[in-house]
Amino acid sequence: MRMQVNVNGELREADVEPRLLLVHFIRDHLGLTGTHWGCDTSNCGACTVHLDGEPVKSCTVLAVRTDGHEVTTIEGIWSGTELTPVQEGFHQEHGLQCGFCTPGMIMTGTEFLERNPNPTEREIREAISGNLCRCTGYENIVKAIQWAANNTVREEVGA
Amino acid sequence: MQVPARFEYEVAGSVDEAISLLQRHGPEAQLLAGGHSLIPMMRLRLAVPEVLIDIHNLDDELRYVRDEDGVLKIGALARHRDVLESELIEERYALLGEAETLIADPLVRNMGTVGGSLANGDPGEDLPAALVAIGCEVVVRGPDGERTIAVDELYAGFYETILEPSEIVTEARVSWVPDASSYVKVKRRTGDYAAAAIGVALNMSGGEIEDVRIGMCGVGSTTLRAREAEELLRGQRPDAELYKRAGEQAAEESDPIEDARGPVPFKQDLVKVLVGRALETAVERAA
Amino acid sequence: MAATPTQGHTFGDRMPRKEDGRFIRGKGKYVDDVRLPGMLHSAIVRSPFAHAKINNVDVSAALELEGVHAVITGADLEAQGLAWMPTLAGDTQAVLATDKVRFQGQEVAFVVANDRYIAQDALELIDVDYEPLGTVIDSRKALDEDAPVIRDDKEGQEDNSIFFWDAGDKEATEKAFQEAEVTVRQEMFYPRNHPAPMETCGAVADYDVSTGEMTIYMTSQAPHAHRTLFSMVSGLPEHQIRIISPDIGGGFGNKVPIYPGYVCAAAASLILNRPVKWMESRSENLMSTSFARDYHMVGEIAATRDGEILGVRSEIIADHGAFNAHAQPGYEWPTGFFPIFTSCYDVPAAYAEATGVYSNKAPGGIAYRCSFRVTEAIYLMERTMDVLADELGMDPVELRRKNFIKKEQMPYLSIMGWEYDGGDYDAGLDEALRIAGYEELLEEQRKAREEGRLMGIGFSTFTEIVGAGPGKKCHIAGIEMFDAAELRLHPTGKAILKLGVKSQGQGHETTFAQIVAGELGIPAENVEVREGDTDNTPFGLGTYGSRSTPVCGAATAMVSRKIREKAKKIAAHMLEAAEGDLEWTGDRFQVKGSPDQSMNMEEISFAAYTNVPEGEEAGLESVTYYDPPEMTYPFGAYICIVEIDRGTGQVEVKRFIAVDDCGVRINPMVIEGQMHGGLASGIGTALMEVIEFDEEGNHLNSSFMDYLMLTSTEAPKYELGEIVTPSTHHPLGARGVAESPTVGAPPAVVNAVVDALSPYGVRHVDMPLTPSRTWSILREHGVEA
Repeated sequence: MRMQVNVNGELREADVEPRLLLVHFIRDHLGLTGTHWGCDTSNCGACTVHLDGEPVKSCTVLAVRTDGHEVTTIEGIWSGTELTPVQEGFHQEHGLQCGFCTPGMIMTGTEFLERNPNPTEREIREAISGNLCRCTGYENIVKAIQWAANNTVREEVGA
Repeated sequence: MQVPARFEYEVAGSVDEAISLLQRHGPEAQLLAGGHSLIPMMRLRLAVPEVLIDIHNLDDELRYVRDEDGVLKIGALARHRDVLESELIEERYALLGEAETLIADPLVRNMGTVGGSLANGDPGEDLPAALVAIGCEVVVRGPDGERTIAVDELYAGFYETILEPSEIVTEARVSWVPDASSYVKVKRRTGDYAAAAIGVALNMSGGEIEDVRIGMCGVGSTTLRAREAEELLRGQRPDAELYKRAGEQAAEESDPIEDARGPVPFKQDLVKVLVGRALETAVERAA
Repeated sequence: MAATPTQGHTFGDRMPRKEDGRFIRGKGKYVDDVRLPGMLHSAIVRSPFAHAKINNVDVSAALELEGVHAVITGADLEAQGLAWMPTLAGDTQAVLATDKVRFQGQEVAFVVANDRYIAQDALELIDVDYEPLGTVIDSRKALDEDAPVIRDDKEGQEDNSIFFWDAGDKEATEKAFQEAEVTVRQEMFYPRNHPAPMETCGAVADYDVSTGEMTIYMTSQAPHAHRTLFSMVSGLPEHQIRIISPDIGGGFGNKVPIYPGYVCAAAASLILNRPVKWMESRSENLMSTSFARDYHMVGEIAATRDGEILGVRSEIIADHGAFNAHAQPGYEWPTGFFPIFTSCYDVPAAYAEATGVYSNKAPGGIAYRCSFRVTEAIYLMERTMDVLADELGMDPVELRRKNFIKKEQMPYLSIMGWEYDGGDYDAGLDEALRIAGYEELLEEQRKAREEGRLMGIGFSTFTEIVGAGPGKKCHIAGIEMFDAAELRLHPTGKAILKLGVKSQGQGHETTFAQIVAGELGIPAENVEVREGDTDNTPFGLGTYGSRSTPVCGAATAMVSRKIREKAKKIAAHMLEAAEGDLEWTGDRFQVKGSPDQSMNMEEISFAAYTNVPEGEEAGLESVTYYDPPEMTYPFGAYICIVEIDRGTGQVEVKRFIAVDDCGVRINPMVIEGQMHGGLASGIGTALMEVIEFDEEGNHLNSSFMDYLMLTSTEAPKYELGEIVTPSTHHPLGARGVAESPTVGAPPAVVNAVVDALSPYGVRHVDMPLTPSRTWSILREHGVEA
């Protein structure tokens, strides 16, 4: 089946089986291996990408479902020159160890802060509760997102 | 990593087209909405539909949360997240927001739909139980037109609804606005299905429980309604003893099975405890 | 102490990690990211039965599926003598089943296809004729008269026994028990669980027929050891095998054994002359790879009425699954370092015995941040200590303190023969009590109990053992457990450090650079660290059992010092001084009394290439193979506060305090991160992680829907503290740390739950403390909602 999807700002065309999962389309067809997978049952969130700006588990979305839509991955969440506050926060607060869950955490955290720029710790923990981590025990991931919240320059919109 | 078997794929351009596609392809076809119940089953090859009819493009027709003449109308493609973020729902039906925060995780809630949750027939789904508690009616459309089914009459058995083969859930409607509501759930961990969950909504009048509905999740082969417990409560002044009796009655109306979440006596006791807690919270909120 | 360099970080700093850059950009390179031209994919047919004869394997339909290149069966491998492989424990394991399958999920056939979708389709076309047999699931029944014999493939094997092991002084301990005023005995079970790293196991095997070289990208915590073993098993010459362990998404012991999938991928690549990728699914990971724990234990303590320990005894039934395949630090250690069980207490007599048995379950047992069975040992001791405290009516804190080894006794030779390298256990416990606010906690608990709330305070104090290990005592399949570091300074004063260990998230690219920085006075930013590629790193035994810092960290310090020795010669030459007149200030050699006459490492490095002293070789490079003289012995004092919902049985960890002594700290930020992760695992172990089977051997937790790990909402905020008593023998005074939290947390949680329920007569509970299990305990003891 032919499909056309905007991935990280670029229109990509492909002819794929309907059963191809979005995570495999991203990794194997587009070569964007920053999105990972870690389970069979949509629990771990290592595969998190943005679909039309919302974080979803790409292992549970058919690639063909994205025909005519927009997908953003970890590779596209930043400009390529300057790290985002969330990425920087993970570095500053030691929010990663093996790095495997990290792209998913960053994707979830980024969209979360867009909606909730001044979160409480509880809110951050709930926001990332669909992303599993086996290395960090979560505390520094929460701190990383908090760091990003505290270090995001928000443009003032004129009256 | 596990992947689905092959299937044919159709994208519906309208609700009516979806219905005619269902008719054309027959029982080997399944609707794909959010996909977060179906696709995991397909990856494990526990579900092997021959045809998937994708209705995700029908947001225009089916994705909404609105008030029409005082009636809450939730389109079948409203995501769990839409329900959670709706101010209208937060104002009138606290239990829906509470239930939503306890359903799966935030990522799943971005894709999972109200219609999918209703049509799945899984007694472990929280939303149907919460909707039972507020007397929801489900609008379905098929080749013969539209009809309305009370949500507590929607289920025939385990993963079985009373929908005809080519009928689609289009809307969930709630007319009743209770004074207060509450949803409580016991699970082993975030993202897990309920060991037991209870939704309660009620009206108070003159210090008595005027009307009450109790929805039960995860404790039967279908979503359940504790009608006899409701009966016991109507017209009564709430106190700890009443909550206890209502809980015991509801537990008798439940029919849980033993599974990884626990044995039968545990789940029955949970029903008892959770009904009491949900009632207590709702009564406090009504005050 | 190292001088602070003018810019950059050094030893002891909370240095943000150098390796982060690629991960936060999604540019990490994990095995599944490896894509080679012509690469094929694979899938494994696995047994649905726990124990069954194989009458026939029919792969004909699969071979006809378009896109399938090959299907390898046990019979195919048998023809090449490859159907069985040796294990790290001195047993054998089936690569692909031939006569029987012996656990649910065991590998039966290997499909190679164009992509993973076709490979999975092909699985359904393979028809295996099984004849189910009786199963052995409960390890306590494995040696029953009528138990089916699982390993009838082994000559002389007539039952399901693997080993009988004991250690300590049986008679002296028996005497202590006979004479003691008080004895306690507690049966307990440490349930089976799983390391479940976020990245599953896998490999890409790439055989190049034109060169005869086999390159294997592999999720390996020990690439060098794996290469040697591969060579021995396959007959491929070692110098023509290259193992590359790239970025690894968590190991935790899961990536130490050699799995059939790796061997089949290599065999397939050899046969097809194309790269073959094998990546297991999560259910395969949970069903067939190295599990952890599964020890039925009895703990006994003999004591005076005042609580002085006179003897400790333990008895174990160890379930090793269908093949004895777990990593152990030598064939003489079938229970790993369980003999550390006398822990931080001054115990005069001790004895332990264990019976290892086969069962119809996956092979394994030593994994999941266990320090080679120290998790089991400390759980036994800490649970039994609390039982003793309960028996004596004594405060569990006082009982522990009374029996602590005192700091004046360090280094301490335990009754089990271990020489502890330092520790101040009283200070550790004091610090934990201070952070917790123990008096206020007791008051809070008094109030809670009046209100009918079930609040519990649980303790766990322990000495564990890491850093395997001295070559004369510790080996992996015969290879002594030294480790190696190779260091070269470039002309411009930058450095490259190559290691025999392999990080799976522990931050070696940063921490090992910090070691060099401390020794040579150059910024850690200037030290590039390489691990994982057998072609360009020195031979080492890998990273597990918290051994990297104790062994390879020591090697790194020593190789840096060798470099410094030569640097001194060069400095002497350049400064026209005698070596004896030079002193090292932390970042330079200076003529004593003449601070303006000095050379730092950058200058010396340049000179090593441009002004080589007479009689010296050019360059500044060295390698050290370090054989540690002893293990290292970290200490922990943990306090857990829980509250139990009497209506639902849900256990909530309200607070968790952890004070650790891991000696001198290289990077406190990294250590804290290790602590957080380990505590989450330990709490998860106590509350929700478990692998169970039904009587037929069906695995009941084969996905993340039912193998439950902590999410961010169950994890508490961790309150950490530190005590630093340097290791007496380690060149940096450092010990390992990353397994202390998984060792110490589970007993702290369980002790807290028991404490919460002790007013109702509860003395022991088994893990995991899920809501339904806790609820059962509550109701059994008359605790109503």
